[in-house]
Amino acid sequence: MVTQAKSGHPGGSLSTADILSALYFGVMDHNPATWTRDDRGQDQFILSAGHLAPVYYSVLARAGYFPVSELGTLRKMGSLLQGHPSVRKGLKGVTQASGSLGQGVSVAAGLALAKKMDGDPHCVYVLCGDGESEEGQIWEGAEFATHHGLGNLIGITDWNGQQIDGSVESVCGGGDLEGKWRSFGWNVLTADGHDIDAILDAFAKAKALGQQTSRPTMILFKTEMGHGVDFMAGTHKWHGKAPSEEQCAAALAQLEETLGDYE
Amino acid sequence: MNKYTDTGKKDTRSGFGVGLVEAGRADSRVLALTADLKGSLKMDAFAAEFPERFIECGIAEANMVGAAAGLAIAGKIPFIGSFAEFVTGRVYDQLRQEVAYGMTNVKIASSHAGITLGEDGATHQTMEDIALMRALPGMVVLVPCDFNQTVAATIAAAKYDGPVYLRFGRPSVPNFTPEGEPFEIGKAYVLNEGSDVTIFACGHTVWESLLAAEALASEGVSAEVINVATVKPLDVKTIVASVRKTGKAVVAEEHNMAGGLGEAVSGVLAAECPARIGFVNGADRFGGSGTPAELMKAYGLDAEGIAAAVRKLLK
Repeated sequence: MVTQAKSGHPGGSLSTADILSALYFGVMDHNPATWTRDDRGQDQFILSAGHLAPVYYSVLARAGYFPVSELGTLRKMGSLLQGHPSVRKGLKGVTQASGSLGQGVSVAAGLALAKKMDGDPHCVYVLCGDGESEEGQIWEGAEFATHHGLGNLIGITDWNGQQIDGSVESVCGGGDLEGKWRSFGWNVLTADGHDIDAILDAFAKAKALGQQTSRPTMILFKTEMGHGVDFMAGTHKWHGKAPSEEQCAAALAQLEETLGDYE
Repeated sequence: MNKYTDTGKKDTRSGFGVGLVEAGRADSRVLALTADLKGSLKMDAFAAEFPERFIECGIAEANMVGAAAGLAIAGKIPFIGSFAEFVTGRVYDQLRQEVAYGMTNVKIASSHAGITLGEDGATHQTMEDIALMRALPGMVVLVPCDFNQTVAATIAAAKYDGPVYLRFGRPSVPNFTPEGEPFEIGKAYVLNEGSDVTIFACGHTVWESLLAAEALASEGVSAEVINVATVKPLDVKTIVASVRKTGKAVVAEEHNMAGGLGEAVSGVLAAECPARIGFVNGADRFGGSGTPAELMKAYGLDAEGIAAAVRKLLK
């Protein structure tokens, strides 16, 4: 997809592919056939880190929200699949626009609060990056969600340690991410973001914790940017760069299972 | 000639508070959110009547915008309230992505707008907010002129499906819009008919324009006064029809020149009916401390300043 578009963000998409697959195919109570943007009566997902659009679109298509053939139009003129998620063209499965970072926790908290007000027992999931968590608004959202007792809000951090300019550690420190979320009143879990069983287990625990404590829960998933492709793995250099045709072929050959069934 | 009577001074923010309660009674989806300014925004009555629909967000405006967007996506009609500067400039990117681009039914309740916020000074006074909000695709911009019109505009905003920026202020000002007069989004209200010049105004400068028209009448100048209560989308038909008749326009607003009502009206007239235009606004300045009346006078936004601009234009 990213090779065809000649631009985009493959690194973070690879680091979150396992998490999103588990979420959409094994965790969320959702139904593409009856999905509407207001999503009452279903679990909801907000992609705060909008640049992970490639993996998001890919999972949505395979979950049945729109034809897999649409994936080939990513970033092309007039496509439903804008460079970052948009709600303006009515793409099914996308609840809110994102791309400008740090805002998804707030939106997800608003959705979760509405569910609480309406007595809808479903959950709202939101995915952020660890680099993204340098944004101050993330922490405004964190305190708001705790204050309003949003046990139905489950955060996901793609904890791959990389951002555009380098490692999170080298760019602006990042600090103790686990301690930060805990100090804001959230339940915090950590798990291996590339082990499907561990991912499913973490989501199950998060849901139970939220119900028990009426507090939001953050799952910090240890991941690797560019996971599954040796020349992309573990480096910030593939955060926002498209592989060439040759690199793409080499990468797909390395992945255990490729689904390249779109034109 | 002035058929409008000041029925007693009231602040427009209290009009918002009354309108919000009425909107809340009419529709259970209406919510009020604030960033630690419940009292200043006159949300107390709403919060008392609908405690479960009042959401305190703390001093965290960016999150308030995002949370409101989430609530709106879920079918609620959230009003987010703070001082004008803090619900526009401070959160411009959030409004852009979550409300305007994200097409969410969020109402931005913007109080203490302009220099009439007064003594707190320039950090809290915005003279740029209309420009910022006009620039957002699809954003409706309402600037009602007095208490009664702010009540009506709040109710109209709640009924409208889409993002609305509703600007009002802190000081007590003459209340002259007939009580219960419905607010029509997109309509410019012709208050005084005249033949020599049209004075376009919004918000606090509307009453000042009526006073200016009275003073000018005594000098033999017939000024038409139009309350452009919807700054976006503009009532092009009414604006053009008036200036076709009078041939000249003065635009008075409690806002700076860049991106304000003056430029909006100028754009319409340049395209449809080129005319000489005089401007009464804050020019390219920040505000400062003082009483609202002192500031309006110092910035030339009062009746005297508006009448002077008309005289200059007619010379």
